Amino acid sequence: MAAAAVPVSTDDLAQLVLNTIDRDGAIASSADLRFQGQPVENQALHGALSSLERREMITYETIEFDKWVLTAEGADIEANGSHEAKVFNAVPADGLAIGDLAKKVGAESAKIGQGKAFKNKWIGKGKNGQLVRLVASIRDVTQEDLATIKKTHAHPDAKVLAELKKRKLCDKEKVTHYRVAKGPHFSTVIVKQATDLTVDMLLSGSWQNLDFKKYNFDALGQEPSGGHLHPLMKVREEFRQIFFEMGFEEMPTNRYVESSFWNFDALFQPQQHPARDMHDTFFLKNPATSNRFPKACMEQVKQVHSTGGFGSIGYGYDWKEEEAEKLLLRTHTTAVSSNMLYKLAHQEGGFTPAKYFSIDRVFRNETVDATHLAEFHQVEGVIADVGLTLGDLIGFINVFCQKMGVTNIRFKPAYNPYTEPSMEIFSYHQGLGKWVEIGNSGMFRPEMLGPLGLPDNVRVIAWGLSLERPTMIKYGIDNIRELLGHKCDLEMIQKNPICRLDKKMGREN
Amino acid sequence: MPTVNVDQEYLFKALGRKYSTDEFRELCFEFGIELEEDTSELAMAIEQIGEAAARAQGLSDKPLYKIDIPANRYDLLSPEGIARSLKIFLGQGKPPTYTVRKPKGGKLQQIIVKKETAQIRPHVVGAILRDVTFTPEMYDSFITLQDKLHNNICRKRTLVAIGTHDLDTIQGPFTYEALPPSQINFQALNQPKAMPCPELFEHYRTKDKHIGKFLHIIENSHVYPIILDAKRVVCSLPPIINGDHSKITLKTKNVFIECTATDLTKAKVVLNTMVATYSQYSATPFTVEPVEVVYPNGKKYTYPDVAPRRMEASIDYITSAIGVKLTPAEVVHHLERMSLGATLTKDQKTVLVDVPITRSDILHACDIMEDVAIAYGFNKIPKTLPAVNTVGKPFPINKLSDQIRRELALAGFSEVLPLTLCSHDENFAHLRQPDNGLAVELANPKTVEYQVVRTSLIPGVLKTLRENKSRPLPLQTQERRARNERRVCIAYANKKSAFEIIHGMLGRVMAMLNVPTTQYAIRESKNESFFPGRRAEIVYNGNVIGHFGIVHPEVLGHFELALPVTLLEMNLEPFL
Repeated sequence: MAAAAVPVSTDDLAQLVLNTIDRDGAIASSADLRFQGQPVENQALHGALSSLERREMITYETIEFDKWVLTAEGADIEANGSHEAKVFNAVPADGLAIGDLAKKVGAESAKIGQGKAFKNKWIGKGKNGQLVRLVASIRDVTQEDLATIKKTHAHPDAKVLAELKKRKLCDKEKVTHYRVAKGPHFSTVIVKQATDLTVDMLLSGSWQNLDFKKYNFDALGQEPSGGHLHPLMKVREEFRQIFFEMGFEEMPTNRYVESSFWNFDALFQPQQHPARDMHDTFFLKNPATSNRFPKACMEQVKQVHSTGGFGSIGYGYDWKEEEAEKLLLRTHTTAVSSNMLYKLAHQEGGFTPAKYFSIDRVFRNETVDATHLAEFHQVEGVIADVGLTLGDLIGFINVFCQKMGVTNIRFKPAYNPYTEPSMEIFSYHQGLGKWVEIGNSGMFRPEMLGPLGLPDNVRVIAWGLSLERPTMIKYGIDNIRELLGHKCDLEMIQKNPICRLDKKMGREN
Repeated sequence: MPTVNVDQEYLFKALGRKYSTDEFRELCFEFGIELEEDTSELAMAIEQIGEAAARAQGLSDKPLYKIDIPANRYDLLSPEGIARSLKIFLGQGKPPTYTVRKPKGGKLQQIIVKKETAQIRPHVVGAILRDVTFTPEMYDSFITLQDKLHNNICRKRTLVAIGTHDLDTIQGPFTYEALPPSQINFQALNQPKAMPCPELFEHYRTKDKHIGKFLHIIENSHVYPIILDAKRVVCSLPPIINGDHSKITLKTKNVFIECTATDLTKAKVVLNTMVATYSQYSATPFTVEPVEVVYPNGKKYTYPDVAPRRMEASIDYITSAIGVKLTPAEVVHHLERMSLGATLTKDQKTVLVDVPITRSDILHACDIMEDVAIAYGFNKIPKTLPAVNTVGKPFPINKLSDQIRRELALAGFSEVLPLTLCSHDENFAHLRQPDNGLAVELANPKTVEYQVVRTSLIPGVLKTLRENKSRPLPLQTQERRARNERRVCIAYANKKSAFEIIHGMLGRVMAMLNVPTTQYAIRESKNESFFPGRRAEIVYNGNVIGHFGIVHPEVLGHFELALPVTLLEMNLEPFL
């Protein structure tokens, strides 16, 4: 090990460097630098050199090399001889009982040294089984090699170094020294530099004569304090913005509990539909039921399900009010849309055209995994007017998607109990090289709109997508649990950038 | 969505050409089904159980298409159905006409319904396929389709159960009865011997879960439905199992199909789907022999009813709803490609559609309109924009809470989004609060900790802090909304509590809401979630609208937090 370095201030070190260069013209290796007779500490020296270099008073370069040093065991051998030499020396000319060896040289040397001494043919077994010398004298090469290393921190034979390192007798350390030369503004006098412009400097005008320290543009700036908005909510804001730009009114989705009536029956979703299974929907234990839905509307819903009406043959089953009364956590925001359309039909003055949207939480009784949570957010848009067409829906979604940066979309026929036609929206995913589903859309069925009280000629088009999916794609998040819920990392919230749906953000997956 | 496996070679033969995976995927996309995977039995097994195990089973590596089918298209649940529909869609064929053909001599097979069945499973329908030639492929399809129907439209056999029998092993008239389990003893399908019903059920319950899962449908009834032949041979014990005696084999020629049900409409659809799919294998394809069902009141019904259902839709409605210009003839052409027989009225204003038995999904003219749109091609429809002018408007409470969340973020509090569902303890006991009866309780959660809908934002915020223990301090978070009430919760966690910081934040929120200090008051509270002497309630217009304070160390302990947390929860609704 090098001799212990003395703690010295950066200023003192800088002055030492300048003085040394002034005297010698340059510093070939900082290993030779001495402050008050002691070697200088490397890290502090580097600080001083960087500071001088920034002022262009010097230039310097790093010299790195390996320095070989002895391990504790190596140092012991260098001082007292190798295990095998110790063993040889312990065996007198007339031999030694094997059992006595450990007593004389210690257990470790006896164990390691004996084999090696045998191998070197220094000792052998005598007639009575005792250890005897086979040669008169030996040369302890290990000790000599270690002495060389101790003295020079190196060895001319690389094989020797490798062998001794393997035996854990020596090891190498990386050592850094510096070669220093004069810079363009070399001087032995360090002018004090200012770092920041201060009010005093402005008042006195001293800023005009001051030498300002060069700024290290490679360093990181200071991190600001402040709060951060959640990425999912940033994406939500973008969607809200698009809806507002297109004249949509936000629906009152501030109610998670719905009756099966609004969530299913009013949407012409038959009571035996699998989505109404306990497996998929959270039903409530307490309170379990509610019959607070309009009775006249309910009668029409009952009729259209069981025997038909509004031009439909219906499902032909025995519709039960008890099923409709079951309370649940809404499985989709369309439960609110159906309620809104009912109000729209029954408002004073009758139906008027409307555009509604909502972005809010919905619940599914799912087993939670990386892509499924029991609660997530749905984005939904609804347009109601006389004479709307499927072409309107397709055209509208196209514009909406363009606003969210999705340009290549197409529609696939699908099935949904309350829309006909029903269309799944697909977009071409460059990364995956295939079409992926991004949402659902359709025209609400007359069997849904009729009982809600909307006039015959009113058509309602709607579409929906999840909020989490585009957020995960835009922000490159793989696990939904890291996005929504208490497992989300505050650093994730802090580090994620603003949401730019219409621009490539560079994190997309 | 149900998935159907279709042999590629079979399909290509039916469609008269080969398809690449991409070409076939496109065809599916256009028609409204989805090619899920281009695979094989072997490849699917390798995915599930690994290469070695799969190979050991000696499975076929013949190419298979795994196709997703819309949930209301029961006619597409078989390879036969898919092949036929695609063929017609491609314009290579016409939909078959199904014919009911009475047996020689005109005497129909009968199923006589006993009145006891009304207590458990009141309906039965039946049909007979004559001179069928089974191949191993068709046999597989025949069994698989029944499975798919049971899992979908039959709602796991609760609504409808299908029984199929080798008619030559049994003898009509059949009776549909409901008997006490103690009187039932028979050899069930694939069982080595006859067993009393209770023993049979015990066997299924403990050793055969595939059948055991259906026992619940009838086991609590004092009578079980049963179909017997004239010699009292048990044909089936619906919806559990058929008898072994009448089982279908590759040698079966005449097939007796019965469907028992609690929903008659669906029973007819299921029977029709079986008939539509397999009557093509009869010696005279697409014919079916009817069966007469005699109810206790003497009423007689003949099944199946294979006559097409007449519906109509105006051409104007169809084209205006889609938003395309089509001639009446084009409408007819498009409908024919969707397997719907269509003719025009004399004035060409209305299309008359003969809905075949395969298309039970067609309920309304809108379904006809959709089929025209599909055949025309959704992606060829001109894109237009609705000509409706409306004014955009946010929901007021959302607007207010958005404004507040930005203010809180500006003040240094990061937004978190915990879940709405939590455990009962987290919502009450862990907060040292009694159950005040305000929390909505869930009846059937799959995840055990989802017991209630939270009535406080505090548990979620504390859990978020718990999950972020390794983050640099202080942790400052905000959250909004519980129950149907918009609230705000802000929390500060650091090595020491910070009542003044949270107190200051209350002042900030009130200042931003433009509420002068004279309009609200803070007074010491006894809220058990907080530390005595360091807890306060916020009073606005005489009402307590929120609480803040240093979180009680016991509460911290319940949420496994070792840091002091100071927090505030208040209602935003009064400021709307």
